[in-house]
Amino acid sequence: MQTIDMASTELRELNSTLQAQAGNGDEAEWVIENSRGSHALAVGLDAPIKVTVKGSTGYYCAGMNKQANVHVTGSVGPGVAENMMSGSVIVEGDASQYAGATGHGGLLVIKGNASSRCGISMKGIDIVVHGNVGHMSAFMAQSGNLVILGDAGDALGDSLYEARLFVRGNVKSLGADCIEKEMRPEHLELLADLLERAGADASPQEFRRYGSARKLYNFNVDHADEY
Amino acid sequence: MDKTPQTLPRQNWTFSNEINSEIRRAAATGIYDIRGGGAKRRVPHFDDLLFLGASISRYPLEGYREKCDTSVVLGTRFAKKPIELKIPITIAGMSFGALSANAKEALGRGATMAGTSTTTGDGGMTDEERGHSEKLVYQYLPSRYGMNPDDLRRADAIEVVVGQGAKPGGGGMLLGQKITERVAGMRNLPVGIDQRSACRHPDWTGPDDLEIKLLELREITNWEKPIYIKIGGARPYYDTALAVKAGADVVVLDGMQGGTAATQDVFIEHVGQPTLACIRPAVKALQDLGMHRKVQLVVSGGIRGGADVAKALALGADAVAIGTAALIALGDNDPRWEEEYQKLGTTTGAYDDWHEGRDPAGITTQDPELMKRLDPVAAGRRLRNYLSVMTLECQTLARACGKSHVHNLEPEDLCALTIEAAAMAGVPLAGSNWIPGQSGF
Repeated sequence: MQTIDMASTELRELNSTLQAQAGNGDEAEWVIENSRGSHALAVGLDAPIKVTVKGSTGYYCAGMNKQANVHVTGSVGPGVAENMMSGSVIVEGDASQYAGATGHGGLLVIKGNASSRCGISMKGIDIVVHGNVGHMSAFMAQSGNLVILGDAGDALGDSLYEARLFVRGNVKSLGADCIEKEMRPEHLELLADLLERAGADASPQEFRRYGSARKLYNFNVDHADEY
Repeated sequence: MDKTPQTLPRQNWTFSNEINSEIRRAAATGIYDIRGGGAKRRVPHFDDLLFLGASISRYPLEGYREKCDTSVVLGTRFAKKPIELKIPITIAGMSFGALSANAKEALGRGATMAGTSTTTGDGGMTDEERGHSEKLVYQYLPSRYGMNPDDLRRADAIEVVVGQGAKPGGGGMLLGQKITERVAGMRNLPVGIDQRSACRHPDWTGPDDLEIKLLELREITNWEKPIYIKIGGARPYYDTALAVKAGADVVVLDGMQGGTAATQDVFIEHVGQPTLACIRPAVKALQDLGMHRKVQLVVSGGIRGGADVAKALALGADAVAIGTAALIALGDNDPRWEEEYQKLGTTTGAYDDWHEGRDPAGITTQDPELMKRLDPVAAGRRLRNYLSVMTLECQTLARACGKSHVHNLEPEDLCALTIEAAAMAGVPLAGSNWIPGQSGF
């Protein structure tokens, strides 16, 4: 295990050190101390390494992550794991806006609450939030799964495409073209797997599933009021 | 056989045949008109400016003997690897999806032969495009379709798109007809649906956020790539200043004549400012910040020939970008397809239903049969030729003004033919020293 102290290390040096692990193929462990809310921490990684960030981070922690498993012991600012491709990002605390935005793959776990627009425009990422999510979560979400153990704010899944949303608590309101859908056995199986991987103590049967009504997929003047 | 003289039938200027036809179309369909291209209305433009040329007070350079440099370096502020171009004309961002793969390849071929860059678009980077483009700018758009760190790293520059001239404040649109399996796959969407691109970025909302976003992009790409910020011609002074504040290496400024693959006609014609009106405020913002020539300015929207290039540079731009003109050079709206344009209810020069994917020229389509009509090698050569002509024309005008580099052109080399153009360009009305708004009148 190697330690990088942000109190004495520049951001550029930190990221270039971690990015240089690409192609090494090892599973080295790195610990980042004194993160002190830094932005763009551990971004652009592309190796199966384990990175533990001790403390909280600013914007875009683990942005565009590939392969790496990043664990943040504190909370994260906006855009954690934005555009993640693979690997995992686990946040012990809360997440600000846009958690997992546009992510293509991998697993993002928020053990606290996530703010507004969690999973916005997601494109294949799996996101599990142990607490609540804010308004407009999963806006224009294209694919992947968003699991919410707590409550969802206003306009959940607005203008949704093919992403699947699972909510255990209350949904304040659904966004345009988002509807509740039948929970079929394959969904329960998928959800059980996600909950297990996210370390969430919950039963799939407690959740409801939401998805796209697909009425806005092709413009129809009779649906103009939906917007 | 006396006949009472009749008044000629008089068409209504307010309710013209064109306007009435749109009312009838709207009444029949219930949907706004969607089309491609840029503003078609007449707006003050570079044609309203003239170069003064050299005389006793300034002497010209010899046309075929004395050098007039056209090279441009973009991204000198922060990037470890700025982009070096042989000519001050780049190819604007246009997506694979809106354009066929052959058209994208042709753009790459033509730009590379001319020594300049081309740009991806909403929909990601294709291997054909990367392979045929020596210098490729990767657009970072609100939709993030196809966005991935590998393509980010194999780009030569990154263009964060905030807006475009055809629709400042608007998102993108690609109708279902063009969402083929390949296009859908690149965008993570079902085949055949209408694809809507967001009008705002999903993970930043203002200039302070944008500054951090640029930090992230630079950290991911080792601070190597120049980062452009593209803005539509909305509030060019403030938007340019904020782009500089956020950390842009290059500002790309697109006026309302700049094209789009598809959006509402009402948006194209009624939102944004003419290119001519945008340049001086943007240059002033750079000058006020002490960043003119340090943050490069690329201007687009209605650039058609070397005169437009030279005038944009004289007003303070470092380079221009072309989109619509490049497509015409490839073969868009070519009279050879007139018969087919007629079948589509239009005519050469007016064809703008690019979103429908039935382009007879095989450019704005994903139809395999139509696509075959565009030979990317020959089309690329036409684009190279066109870029060469524009460059030669620009050099001709610069030499006539006594400039050994096209960047030495300046507003003092220009006069305006109309009061409007004089006010917008900040140059005197021809035959006077009057710059409306500046000379005390």
